[in-house]
Amino acid sequence: MRTILYILQKEFIQVFRNRTMLPMIFFIPILQMLILVFAATNDLKNVNIYIVDNDLSSASRKLTDKFQASPFFRITQTGFSPDDAEDALKREKVDMVISIPEKFEADLRRDDEAQIQLIINAINQSKAELIYNYANNILQGYNKNLIAEWKGLPEFNPPKQIKVQPSFWFNSELDYKWYMAPGILAILVTIIGMFLSGMNLVREKELGTIEQLNVTPIKKYQFIVGKLIPFVFIALFDLAFGLTIARLAFDLPIVGSLPLLFGFATLYLVGALGLGLFISTLADTQQQVMFVSFFFMMVFILMGGIFTPVENMPTWAQYLDRLNPIYYFMRIMRNVVLKGSGFTDLTTEFASLIVIGITFLSLAIWRYRKTT
Amino acid sequence: MNQQIPVITVRNLVKKFGSFVANDHLNFEVYKGEIFGFLGANGAGKTTAMRILCGLLAPTSGELTVGGYDVYTQTELIKKNIGYMSQKFSLYEDLTISENIRFYTGIYGIRRNERLKREADMLKKLNLENERNKLIASLPLGWKQKLAFSVALFHNPQIVFLDEPTGGVDPITRRQFWDHIYEAAAEGKTIFVTTHYMDEAEYCDRVSIMVDGRIDALDTPENLKKQFNAANMEQVFLKLARGAKNTE
Repeated sequence: MRTILYILQKEFIQVFRNRTMLPMIFFIPILQMLILVFAATNDLKNVNIYIVDNDLSSASRKLTDKFQASPFFRITQTGFSPDDAEDALKREKVDMVISIPEKFEADLRRDDEAQIQLIINAINQSKAELIYNYANNILQGYNKNLIAEWKGLPEFNPPKQIKVQPSFWFNSELDYKWYMAPGILAILVTIIGMFLSGMNLVREKELGTIEQLNVTPIKKYQFIVGKLIPFVFIALFDLAFGLTIARLAFDLPIVGSLPLLFGFATLYLVGALGLGLFISTLADTQQQVMFVSFFFMMVFILMGGIFTPVENMPTWAQYLDRLNPIYYFMRIMRNVVLKGSGFTDLTTEFASLIVIGITFLSLAIWRYRKTT
Repeated sequence: MNQQIPVITVRNLVKKFGSFVANDHLNFEVYKGEIFGFLGANGAGKTTAMRILCGLLAPTSGELTVGGYDVYTQTELIKKNIGYMSQKFSLYEDLTISENIRFYTGIYGIRRNERLKREADMLKKLNLENERNKLIASLPLGWKQKLAFSVALFHNPQIVFLDEPTGGVDPITRRQFWDHIYEAAAEGKTIFVTTHYMDEAEYCDRVSIMVDGRIDALDTPENLKKQFNAANMEQVFLKLARGAKNTE
C-alpha cells in the first residue's frame, strides 16, 4: 500500500509538472462542451421551405400561413415554377418543397379533396422523417380547420377524434443539447482517461525508466494501480468540470444523485483505463498506443448509442454492445442526469461495468512483464 | 581476493533471439566484494548477459544464481538484493534529486527517517547538497551518472550491476566515477560492470572478455596481459576481438 502511495506521489508530481498536461485537462472539456454539444445537435429548427403556390386562393394562403407560423419552418422562397423549386432543393438552398397545384381550392370545394405535393431532401433520413411528421401535423391541423369552417362546425367543437397530446418526459423541452451533453461528457472522460494513462505508461518504456523500475521489487499490480489512479482522478475532475460548464452554458438539469454518478464514473474509468493500460503494455511507442486506442474509441463511441440509438441497430450489434463499456456508461449518464435514475434502476449496468473493469484491469496486470 | 565466496554463478548460460545466439554457453563466477569487468565489443552480448542476471530478460537455458537465489524462480528476491544502473540513463528527468530518491526508496520500502539520513550523507559525499531540489534534466551528464549510481546503491544491495556507466563523459569524471566504485567495493559490495573503455578494464579485479557471445578470456588484468603477451588491456582486447563476426 505504501509503495502505491509513493508511485501516486511521483505520478502526480509529473502530471502537474508537464506543461502540456494542464492545458489539456482544462481545454478539452471547454472545447467539447461548448463546441461539440452544439455541433452534434439534431434539433429541428429553421427548416427552409420553398412554396410553389399556383393556386393563389384563400385556401392556399391559409396553408402557407400555417407553415409560416410554425417555429420549425421558414419560408425562404416562393415561386410558380416547380423546376425552380426542384433546383433549389438540389442545391440544398431549401429542405422541402411544397407544391400547391392550380384549382386547389376549387377541387377542395367541389370534391372535398385536393392534393398537394411535399418534396423533402432525405439525405439525412431521420431529419427528413421529422420534417415530414411536423409538416403532416400542420396539414392535419389545417384539415381540421377547413372541416370546421366549411361544414359550419365551430373550431373548438370539432368532430370526435382521438387527440394526441404528447408529453415529453425527462427532456420536456426536447432540448437536444441536454440529450447530447451527457454523451459528449462520456466521450470526454474516456479520451482523457484512456489516452493519458496509456501514453504515460508507454512513455516510461520510451525513456527507459521502466527498466529501472523492473529491477526493483515493485509488484505488477502496484505498478498498474499506480498508473491507473492518477488518471481516474483527472478524468473525474474533468467530468465535474464538464458538468459545470453544461450547467452554466445551457442549463443542463442534473436530476439524479451526483455521488451516484461519480461512483459509476469511477467504476467505468477503471475499465476504460484498464483497457488503455493493457494496450500500452503491448505497445512500444506512444504512436502505437494512440493508434490502437483510437481504433477502440471509435468503435465504442459509434456503437455506444451517443449519436444513434442502440435500439435501431441490428440485433447482433446490440449483442456486441454488451461488451462495450461506453454503452453502459452512456445509459448511466443519461439516465442519472436527465431522469434521476437511482442505483436500483441501474443494476445491470453496475454488474456489467464491474465485469468489464475486472477483466481489463486483470489483462493489464497480467500482460505487464517485468522479465521479458 | 582472499576469501572467494561466489555471489554470482553462471553455468552454461545460453540466450537465443530466434536463431541468433547472443550468449553461447557462458560459464563464470563472481566473488563477493570484487569488481568484475565484463568487456566486449558492441554486440558481443555483454548487456544481454547482464540483463539476464538482473531478471530483466529470461535465459534460454543454463543454471544461474545471483546472491544465492535462482534466476528462474526467485527473480523478485534477487531484485531486492541488487542495484542496477542501465546504459540508458534512468532517473526521472522531470523530478528533482530528492523526489527521485524518495520514489525509489519508497519502492524498496525504506522508511522516511532512514531515507533522509542516507540522502543527506549521499548528497554530502557527492557535493550536491545545494542541488537537491533541482530537476535531473538540468544537471550535467557526469553528475547524473554519479547520482544514478548512488541511487542504485541506496537500498544497500549486495551486488551492483553497472551497464556502461561512464558512456559519454570526460576522463576526469570517469576517474571520479571509478573512485565511487572502489569505495562501494571496499564496503563489501560486489560490482559487476560492463564497459568498452580499456583503461577501465585495468581498474577491475578480474576481467572477462566476450567475443561473439562467448567468453574468450577470464582472469585478472595482469594475468591476461601475461597470457597474451601484451603491454596493456587494449592489446589483449584487440588480439581477442580480431576474430569477431558480430561486431558492429
